[in-house]
Amino acid sequence: MLSPAYSILLAMVAAAAAGLVGAFALMKRTILAGDVMSHIAIPGLGLAVVWKINPLVGGGLTLLLGIVLIARIEHRTRLSTEAAIGVMFASSVAIGALLIHSNEALIDALFGGFGQLSAGEFAFGMVASLVVIVAIWVMRNTLIIALFSPELAASTGIVVNRADLYFLLIFGLSILSSLRFLGALLAGSLIILPASAARQLTDTLGRFLAVSTILSVLAMAAGLWLSARYALAFGPTVVVVASGLFVLSLLRRR
Amino acid sequence: MPDIATISHLTVSYEGTPVLKDLSFAIEAGSTLAIVGPNGSGKSTLLRALLGMIPYEGTITWAGPRAIGYVPQKIDADRRLPVNVRNLLAAKAGVLALTASDIDKVIGAVGLDARVLDTPVGQLSGGEFQRGLLAFAILGHPRLLLLDEPTASIDHMGQDHLYEMIHRLQEDAGMTVVLVSHDLNVVQRYATRVLGVSTGEIAVATPRDPLTTEVLEGLYGWPTSRTGVAPPNA
Repeated sequence: MLSPAYSILLAMVAAAAAGLVGAFALMKRTILAGDVMSHIAIPGLGLAVVWKINPLVGGGLTLLLGIVLIARIEHRTRLSTEAAIGVMFASSVAIGALLIHSNEALIDALFGGFGQLSAGEFAFGMVASLVVIVAIWVMRNTLIIALFSPELAASTGIVVNRADLYFLLIFGLSILSSLRFLGALLAGSLIILPASAARQLTDTLGRFLAVSTILSVLAMAAGLWLSARYALAFGPTVVVVASGLFVLSLLRRR
Repeated sequence: MPDIATISHLTVSYEGTPVLKDLSFAIEAGSTLAIVGPNGSGKSTLLRALLGMIPYEGTITWAGPRAIGYVPQKIDADRRLPVNVRNLLAAKAGVLALTASDIDKVIGAVGLDARVLDTPVGQLSGGEFQRGLLAFAILGHPRLLLLDEPTASIDHMGQDHLYEMIHRLQEDAGMTVVLVSHDLNVVQRYATRVLGVSTGEIAVATPRDPLTTEVLEGLYGWPTSRTGVAPPNA
């Protein structure tokens, strides 16, 4: 097991990735998908308990499967992304709860925790978070045009369906990198809350992306300190701090 | 002039019902082709097929690269987006590997000032927003400019101003224009050819001059003059 310093480093990088993804998800009006998509990992976490494999592998597999299914349900049926994600969400939570028999394992799966990481977990989380940050940076122009107007994107030569699928995959990867710390119920929170707070604070695109990322890291850091200082549950503390930042953002006069 | 695109037997269906049926025509380089026809006749669908956004039967053959600029009649984007015209121009320049001076040129050509460039798109007036979209469309020197009722959301003065600007840009840059418009005055003034679509089939494909009252009546199905389309109960 690695020293806690590695967990702290990974938690910060994962939070930065979530804040950045959240800013784009908010602009795409798919921000609630963050909350719902993290639940799709629950059956995988259940399978990981049953098969005694790493929870991230199990969660990652069902998350990936879920994303592919969402894309196909959306493509093949008349359902919107929202409805397709809703269908997956409703089924996943029930399947996961059936698979996970131990209450302790269920709590861990749902709410995460700040444990020591194995070298493999650290490497995976780090690579996943960095891939998210780099991919968003590389795709930023495509994403901005596509979220503004699919028609303008098509006129610019962007294949909108492909861009949407890539974003969904980046989104899933970001959830996965927060899953270890925040659990399936809360992993979406760092996508939703910092971006929503940042949106209150600025009308400028560059600042919005930066503030969302910074608030997410700030919530993670403050949550980490508070949970250690007052022996609180780690995941919920981070999310309560992020909620507090959102409430503070509402005080700003617009 | 050579053709920049040849459309052969184009059929587009939504859930089994053809919206456009067996359309064949060519887009001549440097021309302004106006597409006219009643609501629901498939004009916007035709533009979406040209953009490659929807599946179709038949062929659309481009002579040379397919470089398209597009100005829609409206954008469904969230009006509260923290995105301004400058962000959109920079994003397109990023995708097409253009330079800052390319952006400056279109800003100058369309006459966008710093306030219009830096205000979130949702807070711009209809005319300002459409000029921003026009700048976005012409960035990167498209060979074909598709305009779908580009002045639908702006007042008369603004409409004239925008069409004059488009006309000037077209002449300066040698662009080809495909224009969907209900305003037959505009069609008369700027179009070099007219394509009339009526319930999915071509009714007219002519130079603009023979666009007589009779031809228009045949297309729209009710008395229509060059100065406007007036449905029976309007």
